[in-house]
Amino acid sequence: MIRVVLPTHLRTLARVDREVKLEVKGQVTQRSVLDALEASYPMLRGTIRDHATLQRRPFLRFFACQEDLSLEPPDAPLPEAVGSGTEPFVIIGAIAGG
Amino acid sequence: MSKVRALVGTKKGAFILTSDGKRQKWEVSGPHFAGWEIYHVKGSPADPNRLYASQTSGWFGQIIQRSDDAGKTWIQPGTPPGEPKTTPQGMPKGESNKFVYDTSAETGKPLTTHQWYDGTQHPWEFKRVWHLEPSLDDPNTVYAGVEDAALFRSSDGGKSWHELAGLRGHGTGPRWQPGAGGMCLHTILLDPKNSKRMFVAISAAGAFRTDDGGKTWRPINRGLRSQYIPDPNAEVGHCVHRIALHRSRPNVLFMQKHWDVMRTDDGGDSWREVSGNLPTDFGFVIDVHAHEPETIYVVPIKSDSEHYPLEGKLRVYRSRTGGNEWEALTNGLPQHDCYVNVLRDAMAVDSLDSCGIYFGTTGGQVYASADAGGSWAPIVEHLPAVLSVEVQTLP
Repeated sequence: MIRVVLPTHLRTLARVDREVKLEVKGQVTQRSVLDALEASYPMLRGTIRDHATLQRRPFLRFFACQEDLSLEPPDAPLPEAVGSGTEPFVIIGAIAGG
Repeated sequence: MSKVRALVGTKKGAFILTSDGKRQKWEVSGPHFAGWEIYHVKGSPADPNRLYASQTSGWFGQIIQRSDDAGKTWIQPGTPPGEPKTTPQGMPKGESNKFVYDTSAETGKPLTTHQWYDGTQHPWEFKRVWHLEPSLDDPNTVYAGVEDAALFRSSDGGKSWHELAGLRGHGTGPRWQPGAGGMCLHTILLDPKNSKRMFVAISAAGAFRTDDGGKTWRPINRGLRSQYIPDPNAEVGHCVHRIALHRSRPNVLFMQKHWDVMRTDDGGDSWREVSGNLPTDFGFVIDVHAHEPETIYVVPIKSDSEHYPLEGKLRVYRSRTGGNEWEALTNGLPQHDCYVNVLRDAMAVDSLDSCGIYFGTTGGQVYASADAGGSWAPIVEHLPAVLSVEVQTLP
């Protein structure tokens, strides 16, 4: 199972706790994880990736295993520890403002 | 006895305020959607328990919320969790927050560009929903005015949205440009006497009208004069802040423009200025008394660079003559050291016999007058900055 950590507002929206667990078929990539997340929680569609372009929204970042993966290609494999469920895939709202 | 429900959108959530017809004691419910910007909440005239809310965030984008029980519970009207994303035929199911500009060959046009702050052309990019206008007779039909300016309609209770592309595509789009708050479609007026007629206003483009249910549109800005644009009398490019009408006379529209208060008596074909003796004719809100079509209200704001009342005195101005002759209404409003703003969607009226007037401020107060402006009192004082106020009069 893949573990995904959501920022507070998206947890409220999806009515879930801090972390959700997902079944991901095939290679574990940003795209396949987000596809699985949105399939299970359709209310999150458009909140992480733009509806039309599927690009990451500008004020969100993706982390795993202490690394910022935000700029990695969406079809690049995520670290093995994410695929095995040892480490979560973390979605973070950027700190912005005063 | 009748009741009144005020729907308040703020920078950090929505609040629902209820009172009996006396409008002296108010119950406050909220925050709903805590921490999110709620640009607008509005109830269906056909079913007052049906509410729509625009929930938005710079981080997470746009969400549409719907309540079928007057705000006790809310849903995102789209695909429920666990259901397939597509129909058996493979078509995408409704997605309540999906606002995609129409580029189809049948109804849309290739995406054009609009004017950017520096005069160059810029592509249309969806940012948020500013205003939701439920149909007058069908609770499942609702219009959405969005930034970058366009008009969308849902006919399935907010599950899916389709652009009325004739507005953005009618030809003047490349000359529209964003105001300081973005290029937003912020006002939608449905003609209660002609279901095919609708008015919208865009900052900074102007006012537009359709007479065929939204298929085709034309600018209705003749008579507007804006010194801050290259051609002050241009067909489009005017920074209209708000327009309002009385349901008994939908051909008469009142407008608070960036500067100037304006009026038309022919459905927007020609406008004339009615700022009269206002101390400043800059402002955002304008509204009409529920029972007196010639009685209108504005909140003058000092200037476009100083978004607060003149001399620190919060004053509503009322005209009982459809403009030009204005009186200051101050009883119960702060008359010193007040430096709040009143944003364009933050004034509303109820339709009780003694008409109630309401407005919200960027300081988090919502003021109400149960006697058409004669006296005022805050009905809630410490909310986040108020973005919008709507009022429902209930049996």
